[in-house]
Amino acid sequence: MIRLVNISSNLNKMTNKAMLWVKLKRVIRTGFFNFWRNGTVSLASVLVMMVALTVMTSIFIGKAVLDTSLTELSNRIDVNVTFITSAKEEDILNVKYSLESLPEVLLVTYVTREEALNAFKERHAGDQSILTALDELGENPLGAVLNIKARDPSQYASVAEFLASDNALSSSGVTIIDKVNYFQNKEAIDSLTHIISSANKLAFAATVFFALVSILIAFNTIRLTIYIARDEISVMRLVGASTTYIQGPFVVVGVIYGLVAGILTLLVFLPITYWLGATTEDFLSGFNVFSYYLRNFLEIAFIVFASGVVIGGISSLLAIRKYLKI
Amino acid sequence: MVEYKDMIFFDRVSKVYPDSSVALEDVSFTIEPKEFISIVGPSGAGKTTLLKLFLGEDKPSSGSIFFEDINVQNLNKREINDFRRKVGMIFQDFRLLPNKTVYENIAFTMEAAGRSDEDIESDVPHVLELVDLVNKAWNFPKELSGGEQQRVAIARALVNEPDVIIADEPTGNLDPINTYDVVQILKKINDLGTTVILTTHNKGIIDSLNRRVVVLENGRIVRDDKTGKYFV
Repeated sequence: MIRLVNISSNLNKMTNKAMLWVKLKRVIRTGFFNFWRNGTVSLASVLVMMVALTVMTSIFIGKAVLDTSLTELSNRIDVNVTFITSAKEEDILNVKYSLESLPEVLLVTYVTREEALNAFKERHAGDQSILTALDELGENPLGAVLNIKARDPSQYASVAEFLASDNALSSSGVTIIDKVNYFQNKEAIDSLTHIISSANKLAFAATVFFALVSILIAFNTIRLTIYIARDEISVMRLVGASTTYIQGPFVVVGVIYGLVAGILTLLVFLPITYWLGATTEDFLSGFNVFSYYLRNFLEIAFIVFASGVVIGGISSLLAIRKYLKI
Repeated sequence: MVEYKDMIFFDRVSKVYPDSSVALEDVSFTIEPKEFISIVGPSGAGKTTLLKLFLGEDKPSSGSIFFEDINVQNLNKREINDFRRKVGMIFQDFRLLPNKTVYENIAFTMEAAGRSDEDIESDVPHVLELVDLVNKAWNFPKELSGGEQQRVAIARALVNEPDVIIADEPTGNLDPINTYDVVQILKKINDLGTTVILTTHNKGIIDSLNRRVVVLENGRIVRDDKTGKYFV
């Protein structure tokens, strides 16, 4: 068959590996060109993707803030066991050791009668009438105290049960415990435990919900950008381009959206967390959101980039399928 | 290369759409290698359906379409891509890729066919010369006139040295001067040995070509003249 003159008719046959490399190079180059030349569409998509990644980063940081506040709240819950004034130190220490052997118990602190008195005096240093009344008594009216911290707020009940049983008897078989404040604070402890577990569940549900919503928004935006290019896709098909060769540049563009949006999101969080840093430090007793952000920057950056790239790439891949059926 | 007497063979092809409208009914004809055939007929006669079926964009309800010894409707996705690279398409609305320059539009077709960078660098300037657009190589389609865009489309269709060029109403959006240019280029392509299938409404083109004319009406072939005039 006669050919058009001068057109090189001998196709340079390349090895499969070399061809694959050439194709990859072309797909990436085309992706970059498309991103750059569709300036407005790219900008809009990057901004939407940024919103999605901002939501995810906020969730990540928000979870840390919540965890810190909940831990702090849990730490404030404790149980004090006050012993009768005549209790022997040896008996008290026995109770301490048996408490420490319980798996639920994190820490037991022993406060001697003298320490309890000193702390009491210090607390009421400005109240002369109380101090005078104390002097008039002549002897230390306060019993020794064991301060107990459980590993989990829900475990105080079993610790209290343990104390109510025979374990807290002295060697002579008489109880040496004056009072356990768990029974006075039971309601407060129970409701705090409830709040903590609800907050955790709610945070998980919110995380899933917001992550899903932001993924869907990003997916929809990318779908629109591909919808705009549907005619181009059909032309590519008609000139005989293969599925991967058509899809490739769109996936590359999706990945670029993710990467650029990721960089911008990470940059935007620097001033935001810096601005919030001092406030959170006051409010959450020492938790500075800015230093948390810097300390965990690599981990956050990884999550942001991975989410961006996965959302961008997979959205493109899924969205383009519809237009490849020709 | 084996040369077939009949390059393209439509064998009793019918196409009925799901809404029961009949686009083609029992259409049979052959196209020989190096032939220049015009398919004419009023809108809705089935011209576009015929081309779509040939390109494998759609499947016939009955009958078969052969390209050399290949039954087009039996091709799988990969084979369809290979087949389409043997066919150069020119459309009424040009269908260039808007975000690619003239050079890139043509290069894309070669890239899709798996041609090397060296081939692309040597062939693209050559086809641009053929359609007289060397100085517009780095312009985007929107910066070109209709006639220039259609010439880019022709260059794109040519660059992979197709066995057949299909021109679907290529002059529909062009003024008489550009129409004349496009027809001259198509004739030149045909003179150089490539089969050309042209669909058109333009009486002047058909009369000046003095080549084979197939007339479609309501999905049927009503006339097939070796050196036809426009007469519907």
